[in-house]
Amino acid sequence: MRNTIVSLISIILGLIAGGLLMLFIGASPIEGYTYLFQGALKNISRIGDTLATATPLIFTGLAVAFAFRTGLFNIGASGQMLIGGLAATAVALTFDLSRPILLIVMVLAGILGGGLWAFIPGLFKAKYNVHEVVSTIMMNWIAYWTVYYVVPAYFKGEFLETESRKLAEESTLRTPWLTEMFQGSYINLGLFFGVIAVLIVAFIINKTTLGFELKAVGFNRHAAEYAGMKVNRNIILSMLISGALAGLGGVALYTGNASSIQIGILPSQGYDGIAVALLGANSPIGVFFAAILFGILYSGTGFMNAMIEIPPELANTIIAIIIYFAATSVLIHRVLNKFRKTTSNANDVNGPVGKKGDS
Amino acid sequence: MSYVVEMLDIRKEFPGIVANDNITLTLKKGEIHALLGENGAGKSTLMGVLFGMYQPEKGIVKIREKEVKITSPNIANQLGIGMVHQHFKLVENFTVTENIILGSEPLKGLVLDIDKAAKRIAELSKHYGLNVDPHAKIEDISVGMQQRVEIMKMLYREAEVLIFDEPTAVLTPHEIDELMKIMRNLINEGKSIIIITHKLKEIKAVADRCTVIRRGKGIGTVTVKETSEAQMAEMMVGRQVNFKVDKKASTPGEVVLQIDSLSVKNNRKVMGLKNFSVEVKRGEIVGIAGVEGNGQSEIVEAITGLRKVESGKILLKGKEITNIPIRQRIESGIGHIPEDRHRRGLVLDYTLENNMVLEVYNKPPFAKAGLLNGAAIKKYAKSILEKFDVRSGEGGASIARTLSGGNQQKAIIGREMELDPDLLIAVQPTRGLDVGSIEYIHKRLIEHRDKGKAVLLVSLELDEVLQLSDRIAIVNNGELIGTVIASETNENEVGLMMAGVSKERSV
Repeated sequence: MRNTIVSLISIILGLIAGGLLMLFIGASPIEGYTYLFQGALKNISRIGDTLATATPLIFTGLAVAFAFRTGLFNIGASGQMLIGGLAATAVALTFDLSRPILLIVMVLAGILGGGLWAFIPGLFKAKYNVHEVVSTIMMNWIAYWTVYYVVPAYFKGEFLETESRKLAEESTLRTPWLTEMFQGSYINLGLFFGVIAVLIVAFIINKTTLGFELKAVGFNRHAAEYAGMKVNRNIILSMLISGALAGLGGVALYTGNASSIQIGILPSQGYDGIAVALLGANSPIGVFFAAILFGILYSGTGFMNAMIEIPPELANTIIAIIIYFAATSVLIHRVLNKFRKTTSNANDVNGPVGKKGDS
Repeated sequence: MSYVVEMLDIRKEFPGIVANDNITLTLKKGEIHALLGENGAGKSTLMGVLFGMYQPEKGIVKIREKEVKITSPNIANQLGIGMVHQHFKLVENFTVTENIILGSEPLKGLVLDIDKAAKRIAELSKHYGLNVDPHAKIEDISVGMQQRVEIMKMLYREAEVLIFDEPTAVLTPHEIDELMKIMRNLINEGKSIIIITHKLKEIKAVADRCTVIRRGKGIGTVTVKETSEAQMAEMMVGRQVNFKVDKKASTPGEVVLQIDSLSVKNNRKVMGLKNFSVEVKRGEIVGIAGVEGNGQSEIVEAITGLRKVESGKILLKGKEITNIPIRQRIESGIGHIPEDRHRRGLVLDYTLENNMVLEVYNKPPFAKAGLLNGAAIKKYAKSILEKFDVRSGEGGASIARTLSGGNQQKAIIGREMELDPDLLIAVQPTRGLDVGSIEYIHKRLIEHRDKGKAVLLVSLELDEVLQLSDRIAIVNNGELIGTVIASETNENEVGLMMAGVSKERSV
């Protein structure tokens, strides 16, 4: 509850700051925001695009949040997306299967690819205590160059060397009924996978013994070890699941939103996942809404730019400011406490939390 | 008579708890005033109010007879109030001088004037007999020394009122004596001291007056000279306290734990335990006595599986467990009350409920096919918390971090006892607990023994080892010096053996 309020305040403050920036460059914030939201939500097709833009962010946000619950910082969602996307693309371009089976195999390939890419840092962390921030960043570059090599060598596009062949329409996550329902939007099945992933992750974290162990390891690995939990196995498992989620994000991005994979690009959605997880306070439901918000900001910005003289970079700036506020949520907590005190003049909400345990 | 500090009718509430209910405490100039109370009685909160960490809902604070509002520790400092926290707030890789000047660095032009500060610190150290080397690094000096650095910090800032929060909890007996001396020196120099503690012996030794609080209420202030330990204990707990442990002679049965020439490396990768052998039988408590860091942690961690064994064997009920996983050891009947409750004993950010099932969360009725059963966990936790009188703001739903140290310890002990292990390893089980809780824990340990279970007790408090154990194994420098029968020995003999003087008559 409290985290939700803090996130909402961060968003409002971020939007206000964005408005000030618009004023600063001589545009009207009201007009600017009107066009921004119109761009994202004006008609059914734009709403579809917005949801599709948000889909990879749901996955990467979940990936980062899940690892974080186990005390791991997975910075490698970008690389895991790339490998997941590459694996799914490779499957789609290689095998001639009926559509339902092909889609299932593609999704599994994405899960395996992303999972493998995070499993390696997890293994290194467990075995040799190599910090996952370092190793996941390195794995990002390995993924980058792997795609750089594999795509031109085996899946070269018809006209461009820098991207893979286009997938046939029926080997992508797009489906005619969704496209029709959203009047030609590129929304696809990825969104449904995303919603399912949110529910599954929430379930694992809150209701299962696995989630109990993973959280215990994240909070205090010494106590987890004392209680007989297999700390190293949990670290590896957590990275594996986190990577699988990011890999699915890659499937949604490269075989749903797009229909080919480019070389020389680390998908920015991997890093945005960190921001999404932060704003969503590492809870699956929070991640979902944070991803939708980011989707709105990203997809509305083009329309805003077309209508008035506000550069598209503004959306990124607003997101950055929101993240600053979310990251400095301690300040917001403090202001909230002050506010409560002056209105009710009673309980110190800060309580003895975090102090008492030391005595 | 002039008071330096007057706290009148202080009331402080936290969600679900009245931590301080109209408590009054007055401190005379030049006195050592003890603040006595059970774990979670509200001592730390009251001092937090004085030190500006909490704002009271009601009540007046007067410093040198002037009413003040202390809204932050900085203001407390300006008023001449300093606090030595139980857990030191020092930068490990800074020198003593750098730590002391942190936050009020003296400047010469634009650069730090360390030399000037170091000189002043050396003078202060000499003046108060603290014997602190201003240029030593914190990581290289002992815990007792580190505490003196904390004291020095306050003296450097010219504090007149010094608050000590359970200062002896981390010290060895010798260091405690030294600290008492230092406190008396400080009083002679005109400082005034408040000491938070629940150790009656120490109050008797240094304090002039003593204010007792119980469950957030002020019980009264007494003159220490005219009050006996038993009277103070009764005021604190609200009933008579039995200091002596009542127990029948033990009737040892079959061997539960057998350790056979065990060798284990310590954290510095040298042998911390060498060829150590001991047996614990059903129906007996075996105590391990020794000065801290002489192999006790290595013994415990080897048995529980937290540390690798280099050579030797560990047998539980006749089965070898030397190299099996930790979970399997727990399941075959080992309970472990760990030495460090924050590091090992609890997941501080989990609720109490979750902490109570930390070892059994995956077994029925708490889980079925990998799914947690919240209701069963809640019920189980509630019964433990009630049985062991664990006090918290929101019962089982409280986050473990929000409990006082003593209540955290009671929760851990409750959890381990509830597993009803054949072998209970209790490491410093009463560390940081008040006399009422100590009495209770001791009773439970003996009950456990009388049920026909084995108990291995590791404690640095020689009194505790002597009173509870049936047999005592003494370690020094990782080696077994000898085993004695508790009823046939005394403090002197065990003390000598702890120092490494071996004894001819061994059992």
